[in-house]
Amino acid sequence: MRFSHKHLLGIEPLAPHEISMILDLAERYVDLNRGRAKHGDALAGLTQINMFFENSTRTQASFELAGMRLGADVMNMSMQASSIKKGETLIDTALTLNAMHPDLLVVRHPHSGAVDLLAQKVNCAVLNAGDGRHEHPTQALLDALTIRRAKGRLHRLSVAICGDIAHSRVARSNILLLGKMENRVKLIGPPTLMPAGIAEFGVEVYQDMAEGLQDVDVVMMLRLQKERMDGGFIPSEREYYHRFGLDAQKLAHAKPDAIVMHPGPMNRGVEIDGTIADDINRSVIQEQVEMGVAVRMAAMDILARNLRATPQEVLA
Amino acid sequence: MTTLLCNARLIDPEAGTDSIGAVLIHGAEISAVLTDVSEIEGARARAAHILDCGGKCLAPGIVDLGVKVCEPGERHKESFGSAGLAAAAGGVTTIITRPDTLPAIDTPETLEFIRRRANEAAPVHVLPMAALTKGREGREMTEIGFLLDAGAVAFSDCDHVVRDTKVLSRALTYARSLGALVVGHPQEPTLSAGAAVTSGKFASLRGLPAVSPMAERMGMDRDIALLEMTGARYHADQITTARALPALERARRNGLDITAGASIHHLTLNELDVADYRTFFKLKPPLRSEDDRLAVVEALASGLIDTLSSMHTPQDEESKRLPYEEAASGAVGLETLLPAALRLVHAGHLDLPALFRALSLNPAKRLGLPCGRLSKGAPADLVLFDPDTPFIMDRYTLRSKSRNTPFDGQRMQGRVLATYVSGQQVYGRE
Repeated sequence: MRFSHKHLLGIEPLAPHEISMILDLAERYVDLNRGRAKHGDALAGLTQINMFFENSTRTQASFELAGMRLGADVMNMSMQASSIKKGETLIDTALTLNAMHPDLLVVRHPHSGAVDLLAQKVNCAVLNAGDGRHEHPTQALLDALTIRRAKGRLHRLSVAICGDIAHSRVARSNILLLGKMENRVKLIGPPTLMPAGIAEFGVEVYQDMAEGLQDVDVVMMLRLQKERMDGGFIPSEREYYHRFGLDAQKLAHAKPDAIVMHPGPMNRGVEIDGTIADDINRSVIQEQVEMGVAVRMAAMDILARNLRATPQEVLA
Repeated sequence: MTTLLCNARLIDPEAGTDSIGAVLIHGAEISAVLTDVSEIEGARARAAHILDCGGKCLAPGIVDLGVKVCEPGERHKESFGSAGLAAAAGGVTTIITRPDTLPAIDTPETLEFIRRRANEAAPVHVLPMAALTKGREGREMTEIGFLLDAGAVAFSDCDHVVRDTKVLSRALTYARSLGALVVGHPQEPTLSAGAAVTSGKFASLRGLPAVSPMAERMGMDRDIALLEMTGARYHADQITTARALPALERARRNGLDITAGASIHHLTLNELDVADYRTFFKLKPPLRSEDDRLAVVEALASGLIDTLSSMHTPQDEESKRLPYEEAASGAVGLETLLPAALRLVHAGHLDLPALFRALSLNPAKRLGLPCGRLSKGAPADLVLFDPDTPFIMDRYTLRSKSRNTPFDGQRMQGRVLATYVSGQQVYGRE
């Protein structure tokens, strides 16, 4: 089995066996990360550049740690501060970086499709760390790994994704991944936060938490951006919490062993009740962070193997 | 000085015929259209020049309503010289320019500049539209009377929809008193603000800001209500959705003075062509669903939509090589209009006379121009084309200064062989 992609730009182009391949390798890195000597050499000698055009603490830290644990030389570039302010175009930035011969480029950008555009202009492998409202593939992969470890499988599960689906790249990548692995996906949220044409994605759409959470195995909560809270998309924070915030009462409709997930950072008391987020029997939010490092190590490892291979080998 | 173009397939949009015959040109005019063999022989004996068309199609030159030439302001994107050459190569004999330049064409002085530059530089006829409101800002109407005297053929704020309905109603009332044609852009501006694609599954999958196709119908409904109020002469620049068609049909039936156009890109492409964020497919309004495309094609074939144009909008590489949301909208179309429109003929949607009704006759009629016809006394603005030759479009062969065509690398069928403006050949394919 081969991983037949040069870049990791989204879940959309991946085949189910390629998703499993990343997850299987990530399992091994979970063990490594839990050991005393947390060091591998899969990326030894390679240069990894993290380019974040949008604020991020956790994703950037996770990619940085993943690269360092596998022996890569890691450089962080915060792009809001530098050349963008001077009017340089994305493509010029890409070409400049390309001339420095990086091997792995991790990119986050506020515009959908910007990472695809950048990947066309560079020779190295590009990992999408989130582009606009498009995709956030490593988040979906780490969610998948978390689910697989908690539930023992990644198929025929009933998964609810709740909240601001319309503006969420995490939701898009998760819908695609869970669909490819043959799970039942339920989306729950106010209609103003549902993207158009969502019914055509092969998902079920609910506007009521009690109904939507009925007998699900996994509850994924999404972050509600502060700027969308007052008046524009929903009437108010408190009405949102009342109708869509996850509390014990709503969670009771899910299966007794259902797990609760959140990509972070959380708004306690807006989309999730603090006591549920901290409930070690239900919440796997900390585990998600742990899986994040392992999945990113696996993704970069697999892309680096393709970098070393000849094009014929990659496509074989 | 007479020239005989003989052995041609004459595409006559007025009569709706497609027959073998000859056209006799005297000076700048068509002096006879001949289909009778003995008449052709007689003309052959008298004509100074004889040109055998080899059985290819001869039709009235295209009148392209709504071309953007980037003078003044952005001559690096397109000049009258380059647009004129592109038009000639595309069989377009009359360009109707848009006023959405920098600055907008909103005074008689800038309009005169355009006319002078165009006459110097372009080998085809160039007729300018002027802005409806000053600076296309939707606040105060332009000097419609002076602009008409200076040669404006119509008035339009292009994609800057006049938001203030009172301003628009006054401008329409004033325009009506002078018999001026107003070209509107049916679109609800607040709903479509910031949109890059049409809402639906594709937009959601790509995570791009989207507008509902309903915004077009809302704009259409408002403008039609204003026409009922004011009785103005109105042309909708582009109808792109099925939802806007019933309103148009009703307005037509109620006797309002309304016509409508379509752009070639919306008739031959759909939203899925954007694929992986290909910005050359970013248009305004955005490409629509396949159902909408087919509905608009049908409306063109039935005559509900009157005109077909290129909506030629040059953009340089820098403004297109950006993330999709940030990239500029629009595509060049002067040189690809006819080959792309022939796709509709090859697909069996309409025949050649019907196509040239939309490309040449109807826009000329709407603007009160004598061209667009294949008849005695009409200007000798003609296009000779082969409807069948296949080729692969290469954008670097375009004569436009900007090469932002969505048809790059695509298979096309049919190309222009020669173009005549006022009896003079302005383009010939070797």
